[in-house]
Amino acid sequence: MQILFAAIDTNALTQYLINGLSYGMLIALVALGYTMVYGIVELINFAHGDLFMLGGFLGLTIVTTTISLTGASVIGNVPMTAGILLLAFILVPIFCGFLNVGVDRIIYKPLRKAPRLAPLVSAIGVSFIFQNFGLFWGGPQDVDFPKLISNTNLLGESSSIRFTYQDLLVVGVTIPLMIALTLFVRVTPLGKAMRATAQNPTAAQLMGINTERVIATTFLIGGALAGFGSMIYGLTINTVHYQMGFLVGLYAFTAAVLGGIGNIPGAVLGGLLIGLVRSLGSAYVGERWTGALIFTMLIVVLVFRPSGLLGSRVREKV
Amino acid sequence: MKPYFPSWSLVAFAALVAYPLFPALEHHFFHLTNRSLGVELPGLFLFAILALALNVVVGYTGLLHLGIAGFFGIGAYVVGILTAPLNPFEMNFWLALLIAIAVTTFIGLLLGTPALRLSGDYLALVTLGFGEVVRFTIKNIPAVTEGTKGISPLPPPVFPGVTVDWNTDYRPFYYLALSVLLITFYLLYRLERSKLGRAWVAIREDELAAKCMGLNTSRLKLAAFSVAAGIAGLAGGIYASKMTSTVGPEAFDFNKSIFVLCCLILGGLGSRNGVLLGVFILYGFDYILSPIIDGFLQSSGLGQGKIWQQFSGWRLIVFGLVLIIVMRVRPQGLLPNNRVKDEMQHVQLPATV
Repeated sequence: MQILFAAIDTNALTQYLINGLSYGMLIALVALGYTMVYGIVELINFAHGDLFMLGGFLGLTIVTTTISLTGASVIGNVPMTAGILLLAFILVPIFCGFLNVGVDRIIYKPLRKAPRLAPLVSAIGVSFIFQNFGLFWGGPQDVDFPKLISNTNLLGESSSIRFTYQDLLVVGVTIPLMIALTLFVRVTPLGKAMRATAQNPTAAQLMGINTERVIATTFLIGGALAGFGSMIYGLTINTVHYQMGFLVGLYAFTAAVLGGIGNIPGAVLGGLLIGLVRSLGSAYVGERWTGALIFTMLIVVLVFRPSGLLGSRVREKV
Repeated sequence: MKPYFPSWSLVAFAALVAYPLFPALEHHFFHLTNRSLGVELPGLFLFAILALALNVVVGYTGLLHLGIAGFFGIGAYVVGILTAPLNPFEMNFWLALLIAIAVTTFIGLLLGTPALRLSGDYLALVTLGFGEVVRFTIKNIPAVTEGTKGISPLPPPVFPGVTVDWNTDYRPFYYLALSVLLITFYLLYRLERSKLGRAWVAIREDELAAKCMGLNTSRLKLAAFSVAAGIAGLAGGIYASKMTSTVGPEAFDFNKSIFVLCCLILGGLGSRNGVLLGVFILYGFDYILSPIIDGFLQSSGLGQGKIWQQFSGWRLIVFGLVLIIVMRVRPQGLLPNNRVKDEMQHVQLPATV
């Protein structure tokens, strides 16, 4: 009976939709990194989720050190909070982007011509190394992330639907990023080169495109998006853990596959869907089953529609 | 391929068979490190069986499988559910083990069915997803699986003629695990040379060509999946009995699957001896060597407090480096199978990538 009531209750449903879309945007940011890298070098970058995790720890370190250095109270101090956030939102994506490029240069680049297993297994290795650094950085337990953004309701405290400052942050960061990314890929010469490389690396190279530069750019952008994602994660979930990259990474990869891997709007769509499934699933099926639900979804999508929802290209090897 | 058992592996097996016959060795080792090698080694043997199982799919057939721990877990839980005194079945261990093998083989078949439609990375993801679904399911139905605690206690196997206490004396499990490992090893040795084994290798080398030669690749892949699943279930069932508990869902997570894969890659994909060497090195490092070094660090006063001051805190870095370095320097592994070595060293043409 309770389930039926919940289904009828439109306020509750709206709330679940808001929560789901908010989480889904976060997943979409991470999924973009997977989908772009896969589109260009056909590598499932297993280390991407752990890159995201390291970004979270860097964000935490930046926030806590600036707070302790200035010694000021942050709660309610808007300019101070904005300053810290600006600093973190610049430094963390730069760190994640360049770390991603560095890993590609040192580890994946020598394996471009190797059998496909080689870069995949190396990516798993990188993921382990990242996790271990995360363990050194934050310890084996959950670490609290300071609550810089309040979750006060924007619609007024009396409203039964909650749309908080945190949700506003998610929307305010992800939507401009996605617009910028779409413009970059559609309009700029480098974006065009990127699309060409994704379509056919050899032909792109013959047309005079420096494919290694395109690959480096892809890793840079993908890493930076993961950096933004990790800051949002820290600010909205308020806790970081050295193994959080695994689950977020898997959700994000599922999102990328769901939307059609290599397809940028597809990754966003997939992320939003994953967010909705997670939120509605926790509400109507039970929170502990959401993980199993999402992985079952992954299996079903892969088996019945491996090209994804928006993937038009049928790849011969799927 | 070598037409005979290499003699060193016989020597190694003989040494393992003889080890418990010399309690002085065990005593000496125990005094040195405060840990019993005889208790740790059966775990290593079971892991070796699991690695040999994964080798059927990844090594012979060339399909990347990232969910082998799921089958290991199902095997453990089937035996746990059927033999635990708190459940009504209270079945004989051996019967439960047979059922575990049957169940895992069947589930392997089920998982293999989607595998027919997929290849490469996508297949790897489906298996990964499967492993996680198993873990979540075990965690979420506490009525059957006791949730995160694991089913415990489990009775030891009953074996006619063995009167010693299985819980205090390590030797029964030692010989049980070792003999199952030997049998598995021998059966796989035969299987590798059979029509089925050679067909798997043909799929790995060139699926299209294998199809053109009239092989039913779908059925062969299904066979590989279910054989691997069954062997993994066997290892899992004995594992549960050895631990006298099903340990809990976290013992069968993605990291365990990757750990087994690491052993395969380090030792050499498709090479049974290599797989055993890989398990020996990595399991030995993780469960035997690193606790010993930790103990020394602790007693010398160095390894206090911080994780990075403990040797075992570095284990993920060690595994990661093993994977990366092996892939770069020696992708065929330490003790390669000659055919795999040839395949790895030929640069593939773009058309077949």
